[in-house]
Amino acid sequence: MNNDVLIPQIGIVTDIRTDTPDVKTFRVNAPKGGKCFEHMPGQCAMLSMPGVGEAMFSITSSPTNREFMEFSIKRCGGFTEWLHQIEVGQAVTIRGPYGHAFPVDTALKGRDLLFIAGGIGLAPLRSVIDYCLARRSDYGKIDIVYGSRSADDLVDIDEIRNVWMNAENVDVHLTIDRPQEGWEGHVGFVPAYVKELNFDTDKTALLCGPPIMIKFTLASLQEMGYDKTQVYTTMELRMKCGVGKCGRCNIGSKYVCKDGPVFRCDQLDELPNEY
Amino acid sequence: MSKMYKISKERLDELYAAVSAVKSLYLPVRSGENQSEFKKWSDQSDVCLDSLNTVKSAKELFFPQSENLISFKVSGKDIELVEDRDPSEPFVLFGVRACDAKSFSILDSVFLSDPVDTFYKSRRENGTVVTLACRAPEETCFCGTFGIDASDPAGGDVKTWLTDTELYWEAVSEKGEELTKLLTGILSEADADADTKAVDDLKKNTKEILARLPLADLKLDYFSGDRLNEKLNDVFYAPQWQELYKSCLGCGTCTFVCPTCQCYDIRDFDTGHGIKRFRCWDSCMYSDFTKMAHGNPRTSQLERFRQRFMHKLVYYPANNGGEYSCVGCGRCLAKCPVSMNIVKVIKAFGGEKA
Repeated sequence: MNNDVLIPQIGIVTDIRTDTPDVKTFRVNAPKGGKCFEHMPGQCAMLSMPGVGEAMFSITSSPTNREFMEFSIKRCGGFTEWLHQIEVGQAVTIRGPYGHAFPVDTALKGRDLLFIAGGIGLAPLRSVIDYCLARRSDYGKIDIVYGSRSADDLVDIDEIRNVWMNAENVDVHLTIDRPQEGWEGHVGFVPAYVKELNFDTDKTALLCGPPIMIKFTLASLQEMGYDKTQVYTTMELRMKCGVGKCGRCNIGSKYVCKDGPVFRCDQLDELPNEY
Repeated sequence: MSKMYKISKERLDELYAAVSAVKSLYLPVRSGENQSEFKKWSDQSDVCLDSLNTVKSAKELFFPQSENLISFKVSGKDIELVEDRDPSEPFVLFGVRACDAKSFSILDSVFLSDPVDTFYKSRRENGTVVTLACRAPEETCFCGTFGIDASDPAGGDVKTWLTDTELYWEAVSEKGEELTKLLTGILSEADADADTKAVDDLKKNTKEILARLPLADLKLDYFSGDRLNEKLNDVFYAPQWQELYKSCLGCGTCTFVCPTCQCYDIRDFDTGHGIKRFRCWDSCMYSDFTKMAHGNPRTSQLERFRQRFMHKLVYYPANNGGEYSCVGCGRCLAKCPVSMNIVKVIKAFGGEKA
């Protein structure tokens, strides 16, 4: 079998969790068990069903998970529609990992971390959060701000409540867009909530969510005194190859698949505003 | 310098047959009035060495318009991978002009950089490139803008020059020497004086024509220095794009005839017996090129038009030591249905000598 980077391997979906009305989390194993490959937090993988589609997804699970990989995927296009109707035991194809990870072993080490996620934007950050929790002593205080449209749209709320909220020196701040019966937590959009929480500026922020949420949250952080060099985010553009050759995710002199998807916000200033 | 050989023009069929006996031979074959395409030679081929540019460039021998990557057999919940790579066999690519020969090094920077594209690499390794110097450059030619010498093509394994009576042959790489050895008995040694002079005269004549061409003074000064880096956004947001894009139909013809365009798509095709996954040429000029489930970052033709030229004149050079992703072959000048092309873009940014 040839081993070109475009040639996938087989993965088996060994568990499917319904997180929200339109997000499911898929557990993927190699056919003989274990993981298909190793990755670092923030990296992505190409999942595909031959004849249906192939698309890039961030790897939601942490590399410290030795048994499987997980992908939290929102139903929003042809291939994700297909994924949302499969059953456990379904084979898919998988290739990767692609792109640059969050600098968990360099710039983030020893820092107080502020994770800010909106909706499905938690998917890439979960990988980092779980990585940091598995190596808790390598990092300082951890704050997690997570917002979604409603209480029903918070992805994997069980892990948030049972693991993150009980972890040492970790504060979780949940918010939903509109009031909802039975919700006693914060109500309001993420950018405003971040300002309201008034974090000190000696933190490194990791920001992920819809483009509009990123834009306004970054503005909030800057108003609070954060420099763009303190804020990391991920970008999303259409991808086909994953290795900077097919041309699709080219923006400025960068290829999001290979130079990203993780960027420090000051690096984005050098790119044309085309994302 | 390696030894020069020659063969009389009348005996070129013998040369083709001798090469063909050992390796597949691809060369420009007439495909219509004033048109040629790179095709596999047979003794029935209407070889066309006097046409300047083939319709599609020679890149398709290394990066085919469509190629199989892998196949899949799907049954129930299972997927089986089935090796289905198009075989790559040793071949000779004859009659490549200097512009197309240069394009290979531009494509190499993309496909051979880490991680290597093994499909492209195996074709590059299997291919022996025989270039052919230009004798009659046309009004659409501007290879000189990119420092390419059409009279003495670089980037191949063998250089050839065709006069009214002879084809002169000079190996310039190990692969070229090997091919030359295969042709012992077909090629004869060139005469040190008379034949060298014939080639020198051809070169001189070509250079004179090149110097008189309408695009001989086309300059890329604007697309250099910090405009490739920290001031890249000055080019991106320049007002020129607002006018330039207007005539563009988004048909993608320029991309398909371009020797350096390398964007591709990966798609699946259900053959009825399984799923073939293939890669094919694509164009950043197409409206769905960047379309995602949640939106499209380039919704206007202005943005897509700008992307193609920014890539060739700014992004690619920024990543490749200032080398442009254009070789001045002029195909887009000849083929664009509305006569929009890279030269008009370069001129709009002050690329014409005052």
